Amino acid sequence: MELAIFYLFASIAIVAALGMVVLRNAVHSALSLAVVFVALAALYVLLNAPFIAAAQVMIYAGAILILFVFVIMLLSPRVDQGAGALKWQRPLAALCGLVFAVELAIVAASALLPTERGPFTPERLAEIGDVQAVGALLFTDFLLPFEITSLLLLVAMVGVIVLAKKR
Amino acid sequence: MTLDPFMVMLLDVLVKAIVIVVALLGAYAYMTLAERYVMARVQVRIGPNRVGRVGPIAVLQPVADAVKTIFKEDFCPANADKIVYTLAPGLAVAIALLAWAVIPLSPPLTIAGYTIHFYIADVGIAALYLLAVGSLGVYAIVLGGWSSNNKYSLLGGLRSAAQMISYEVSLGLALVGVLMISGSLSLVDIVEKQSPIWNVVWQPVGFVLYCICAVAETNRVPFDLPEAETELVAGYSTEYGSLKFALFYMAEYINIVTVSAIAATMFLGGYQGPFGLLPGAHWLLLKIAVFIFIFMWMRATLPRFRYDQLMRFGWKVLLPLGLANVFATAVVMVLLGR
Repeated sequence: MELAIFYLFASIAIVAALGMVVLRNAVHSALSLAVVFVALAALYVLLNAPFIAAAQVMIYAGAILILFVFVIMLLSPRVDQGAGALKWQRPLAALCGLVFAVELAIVAASALLPTERGPFTPERLAEIGDVQAVGALLFTDFLLPFEITSLLLLVAMVGVIVLAKKR
Repeated sequence: MTLDPFMVMLLDVLVKAIVIVVALLGAYAYMTLAERYVMARVQVRIGPNRVGRVGPIAVLQPVADAVKTIFKEDFCPANADKIVYTLAPGLAVAIALLAWAVIPLSPPLTIAGYTIHFYIADVGIAALYLLAVGSLGVYAIVLGGWSSNNKYSLLGGLRSAAQMISYEVSLGLALVGVLMISGSLSLVDIVEKQSPIWNVVWQPVGFVLYCICAVAETNRVPFDLPEAETELVAGYSTEYGSLKFALFYMAEYINIVTVSAIAATMFLGGYQGPFGLLPGAHWLLLKIAVFIFIFMWMRATLPRFRYDQLMRFGWKVLLPLGLANVFATAVVMVLLGR
């Protein structure tokens, strides 16, 4: 049953991801990306990570992508635009694609290796709670990266305000 | 006869989901009628008094409205994006209904050894789920506005995107205080922990913040800028007619019920009665009904915000207030040693 659900959402994610790249209309692409995010969230739920799933929908689909859509609608780019102007990006895109393919192959290969189970098994998560586990890790082992991230976000925010005030 | 536990679970969820959806659609139909009576009363009119009257109330009015809407021509503007144009109203209703998966309606009931839980799912992240689903609601309006290929629709859609993103932040912060004192994200836990004293006693600022943001999130007066009829004809729904328009309308009313139910669950003890008296679904329904009445009352009496006032109020008043509330809650909790 779990496998069937996995295949369902995985295929939705793949089809939508293809749609995002192939579709000519920028708003349709953004919509496909939203479908990818929601399908990924479903996969996270299957992996016993409901917190990540909720965060995925809330942050990526609910906040970031809606700002994309906002900007796309404000600028309303023409459907046929872009093919000529982006020629120099083609080799770059091929290179990035190659790097991702190699990464994917490495990850897929590493799944075949025997590995030890981490401390957060589904049983342990059911006991202490998924959100509690993430929270405890953030404020103990990953406190420094967490604080650095918040500082970075603050710097970005101050930067945006300064830039916006100048106009 | 032994039943497969998975099939029992599936049946259980299906039955509950169908009952809730049907109940919400019925609630939508009669909310439109109730709203017309409330507005009529405020404006010293009589209100609907022709169709299927029982006493002073036109009981069959929603049926007449439904028949009329269904038989309207299903029109699509020539330059509209047909797929998105058709998808948007359905998306609006689907997203509005999704939140009900985690709202507990009544304490569990045991009949003949089988315990019935009056919620569809008790997930550990229910409060986050509500926020996540709520954050998707803006898509329907934005897409509806964009795909109509009409400047009023587009402006309405863009306004709604800006408004809903702005107020979502404060809405989340308003709930954080409740989550902190409950120590859980599960709505069932949160309701159970309010047994003697409701959360609103500890979180009055959070409650007021939530109520303001909830009105903004549902695009109702005084925050109905996405469909401000004096400036934007009918905003994002200008080009919609027939059943598609009815679906947008339905989504708006279901959203009102949803945010009322969340307010009641998070701050007013959900199905708990005052001082722990007779817990049950009747308390939740009563609380929701009071909220709905206030929504209608506001619509009949308040003027609309101007766009810049709306943004200033959201970012410069509500957001700092929400942050201060979270901070104050944390300080008090540390001082009390919880």
